[in-house]
Amino acid sequence: MRTLVVAGNGPVGHRLVESLREKDLTGEWRVAVFAEESRPAYDRVALTSYVDTWDPVALQLDGATYDGDDLVDLHLGDPVVSIDREARQVLTRGGACVDYDALVLATGSYPFVPPVPGHDLPGCHVYRTIEDLDAIRASVRAAAEKAGQGRRAALVVGGGLLGLEAAKALRDMGLSPHVVELAPRLMPLQVDDGGGGLLRMLIERLDVTVHPGTGTQSIEADRGRLLAKLGNGTELDVDLVVFSAGVRPRDELARTAGLAVGQRGGVAVGTDCVTSDPDIYAIGECACVDGTVYGLVAPGNAMAEVVADRLLGGQATFASGDTSTKLKLLGVDVASFGDAHASTEGALEVVFNDAVAGTYKKLVVSDDAKTLLGGVLVGDAAQYPLLRPLVGRDLPGDPAAMIAPSGGAAAVGIGALPDEAQVCSCNAVTKGAINGAITEGCTDVPGLKACTKAGTTCGSCVPMLKQLLSAAGVEQSNALCEHFPQKRAELFEILRSTGIHTFSELVSRYGTGSGCDICKPAVASMLASLGNGHVLDGEQAALQDTNDHFLANIQRNGTYSVVPRIPGGEITPEKLMVIAQVAQDFGLYTKITGGQRIDLFGATVDQLPEIWRRLVDAGFESGHAYGKALRTVKSCVGDTWCRYGVQDSVRLAIELELRYRGLRAPHKIKSAVSGCARECAEARSKDFGVIATEHGWNLYVGGNGGFTPRHAELFVSDVTTEELFRYIDRFLMFYVRTADRLQRTAAWVESLDGGIDHLRAVIVDDSLGICEDLDAAMAKHVESYADEWAGVLDDPAKLARFTSFVNAPGTPDPTISFREERGQPVPLGMPTAVTR
Amino acid sequence: MTALEVWTPVCALTALIPGRGVAALLAHGEQVAIFLTADGTVHALSNVDPFSGAAVLSRGLVGDLGGVPVVASPMHKQHFDLTTGSCVDDPAVSVAVYPVRIEDGTILVGGP
Ligand code: SRM
Ligand SMILES: Cc1cc2nc3c(=O)[nH]c(=O)nc-3n(C[C@H](O)[C@H](O)[C@H](O)COP(=O)(O)OP(=O)(O)OC[C@H]3O[C@@H](n4cnc5c(N)ncnc54)[C@H](O)[C@@H]3O)c2cc1C
Ligand code: SF4
Ligand code: FES
Repeated sequence: MRTLVVAGNGPVGHRLVESLREKDLTGEWRVAVFAEESRPAYDRVALTSYVDTWDPVALQLDGATYDGDDLVDLHLGDPVVSIDREARQVLTRGGACVDYDALVLATGSYPFVPPVPGHDLPGCHVYRTIEDLDAIRASVRAAAEKAGQGRRAALVVGGGLLGLEAAKALRDMGLSPHVVELAPRLMPLQVDDGGGGLLRMLIERLDVTVHPGTGTQSIEADRGRLLAKLGNGTELDVDLVVFSAGVRPRDELARTAGLAVGQRGGVAVGTDCVTSDPDIYAIGECACVDGTVYGLVAPGNAMAEVVADRLLGGQATFASGDTSTKLKLLGVDVASFGDAHASTEGALEVVFNDAVAGTYKKLVVSDDAKTLLGGVLVGDAAQYPLLRPLVGRDLPGDPAAMIAPSGGAAAVGIGALPDEAQVCSCNAVTKGAINGAITEGCTDVPGLKACTKAGTTCGSCVPMLKQLLSAAGVEQSNALCEHFPQKRAELFEILRSTGIHTFSELVSRYGTGSGCDICKPAVASMLASLGNGHVLDGEQAALQDTNDHFLANIQRNGTYSVVPRIPGGEITPEKLMVIAQVAQDFGLYTKITGGQRIDLFGATVDQLPEIWRRLVDAGFESGHAYGKALRTVKSCVGDTWCRYGVQDSVRLAIELELRYRGLRAPHKIKSAVSGCARECAEARSKDFGVIATEHGWNLYVGGNGGFTPRHAELFVSDVTTEELFRYIDRFLMFYVRTADRLQRTAAWVESLDGGIDHLRAVIVDDSLGICEDLDAAMAKHVESYADEWAGVLDDPAKLARFTSFVNAPGTPDPTISFREERGQPVPLGMPTAVTR
Repeated sequence: MTALEVWTPVCALTALIPGRGVAALLAHGEQVAIFLTADGTVHALSNVDPFSGAAVLSRGLVGDLGGVPVVASPMHKQHFDLTTGSCVDDPAVSVAVYPVRIEDGTILVGGP
């Protein structure tokens, strides 16, 4: 058995090991991986998303621990420090001396820090590893704790891809970023002047200040902050600095071992990825292939595949790297592919620059306008997955028509792609390979990801995977349940346009059978959203899930909980006393919830109306803890009391809670308002969250806690209260109309084609022309709101349902009993339960 | 006829709404859940959900699965066949079924 030593465990080093282990069926190679970093390989491309969770494990690449593979030894935190080529041995920092038959250098790059005076002051950072981000976060926290006025700011040196990613991360951490770029435009490598101009405009709208065409002259410590002086005379007070002025290949091992290196660095290799020593390979960002260093993961992965093949006797070679990229920077799509700068002899450019729509599209074509050479897309990169594989091929139509503002997308269909076209560039998967997998039985995107690896890296090809599935006639069922072939959004439109307001009519005209516990509550919820009166009126009563039917949450012993609404968490001592008195009189277990209100547990069905009578008389109303509806709008204390507060978060939270109370939705909706960027109300963990700024409010949407936590994304910033209501109105109504059953806003936003940008287009720019309608629907909801519990108490027919036994009203359920714990009643164990 | 037949009148048929149930207390503290389906049939099952042990089946939603009339337990949504009492999701589990009669608009439940 031969030994392969791999120096470096970044995405490319890991890809090599993975690929070799997959192909090496007879176990020819034993692999020793030496990693400088202390954690298993993670997805550096997705580094910025670490800011969403601060969970390093979420970034870990599949199979990165090599668990259960005896032929791979992973040595974390133990870098290779020298190579003895004579002895074919490496020495590690930990003192291990390991013989190799083959050595692969996959040591990546290091961030280049320009020698600006002050570049090494505390608060200066680089942006490449999880540790770097942890250090940035520590600086941000230290800055937030310091007393002082104003929003915290940061300087990002470098306006390329990484610099803008860093700006996004800083912005997500609540700072105002400034980006300094030497070149006259942002992302000089990927986009042209036109695209760069638009990119700047779009990004500046998001509270990122861009300083193009100038450098950073010095950084000085200044009264606990940093003072950055720019070449154009601007002086910036910032709390931290992040350098992202490019990367340099880590070729130090190769240099000291006497291997050939490229002119501007990088371990020199040919298309076989072999260095000047036939037993040593170099792959990824540290390699210089025929004079070119590639700073992207896709070419690195391709090199890894070449070496895996060659180690097993193959003859694969690296075909010139595709430097196409598509990114979403601060919510702005940017894509650049092929010969983006039209440097090919005789190349022609076709440009559509639509400043109003915020899009810039350019195609570079051959002198006869027949062959696509490359392009740049800013603001809307939806066509990227279809255009990139066409590079070097005949265009299916007139280039101008393909990117024209209307009808362009239709011109390039998935059918136009030849089988050899790469659909997933990150993993080099062709259209043919994907269709092959579909023929062999893959029926959905997760299946395709598992068997082809397509879509598993940057994810930008996922929409194409979906299109290929439907082009192959694979039905992806959207049926609500066995009784309705439609999905929820379709049923909503049916109800809205036909005016049908009973389940029986809907199921007889558009479904089959008598319905079930999936479709009935779903239809009940839609009818409620459409304003069909009290949820227990008429036939609707029969459709409600048990919690809605009793307007309370069922507990493990068949009793119910009672949650009165406490808007914004603000409550008077008098009202607190009413709750206390009710709890005492009915012997209820009492708890403060995680939603800033009070939950009373252990009420039997027949006690519910009596309890609510007392609460309603004291001015309380239903808190809808039982409904797929607005729950709470949490609030911090805000500027009324808090010395940091910049707006009245309590007032706004109460206004929001009262505005949207009772709104039935596909799933529950939660919200919060914080009075400043310290975010004590955790607004970014909510379906919609609001954070006060000195100039107004920032609105975040699509967050939740629960099973799959996700931070809400910034939707609009510095808006007035009036604008805020308008955007939230539309956001909620659009969600109510179009989401799937039990789909929280987070999953819904993710499922939208075009994600949050699409949502912004619909809600802010009215791209679908439905805003007036959404506004009217919300106005109707707000106007017709009535407390559900008061509605029950006023109606003897509804009240009659709150009995334990039809033939013995007033008799308590004999199976319910309590024991005492910490001075309060709790359910006694349930004796007859089936244990499984 | 070997056993003594006991029928307990529980309520008027009109007290039920189609698609929902009510609970009734029999002698000796037994609880039955009585359901009216959309086609007008009345069914009675034990009210105790065997999975949670809570007496709550009467508060479940009634519907059909593949044409079989079922109630979904309000606790964890297992489905029980209204005609046989057998659990659709786990055939090893079932609940007792009670005979039902309707006389002069009154529902009567028989002892098992
Ligand atoms: C009472 C409370 C726990 C507490 O004592 O603090 C609670 C209790 C329940 N939660 Fe919760 N959740 C409570 C706050 C939360 C929070 C925190 C928050 O709201 O700030 C979360 C995470 C945040 C979020 O939802 O994004 C939370 C995430 C869940 C989830 C998971 C949702 C998800 O998207 O993954 C469920 C399950 C579900 O809704 O399907 C759930 C479901 C439930 C249910 C309704 C389960 C059930 O059906 O019986 C619990 C019954 C409540 C009752 O009987 O009154 N509860 N639950 C909290 C009530 C807050 C309120 O005043 O309304
Ligand atoms: C924030 C960010 C965003 C990015 N976005 C994109 C994107 O959208 N698209 C894209 O294609 N690319 C993107 N990139 C670039 C991409 O991450 C790199 O191309 C890729 O990580 C290169 O992989 P690699 O394995 O060659 O090098 P690296 O990821 O740098 O890994 C090399 C590893 O080797 C270790 N090492 C170094 N020396 C030694 C030694 N002597 N012994 C042992 N270990 C050693 C290093 O510590 C490191 O862990 C992004 C990069 C960053 C930082
Ligand atoms: S979030 Fe609210 S309570 Fe927290 S510091 Fe800011 S204003 Fe004060
Ligand atoms: S193109 Fe990046 S995952 Fe497919």
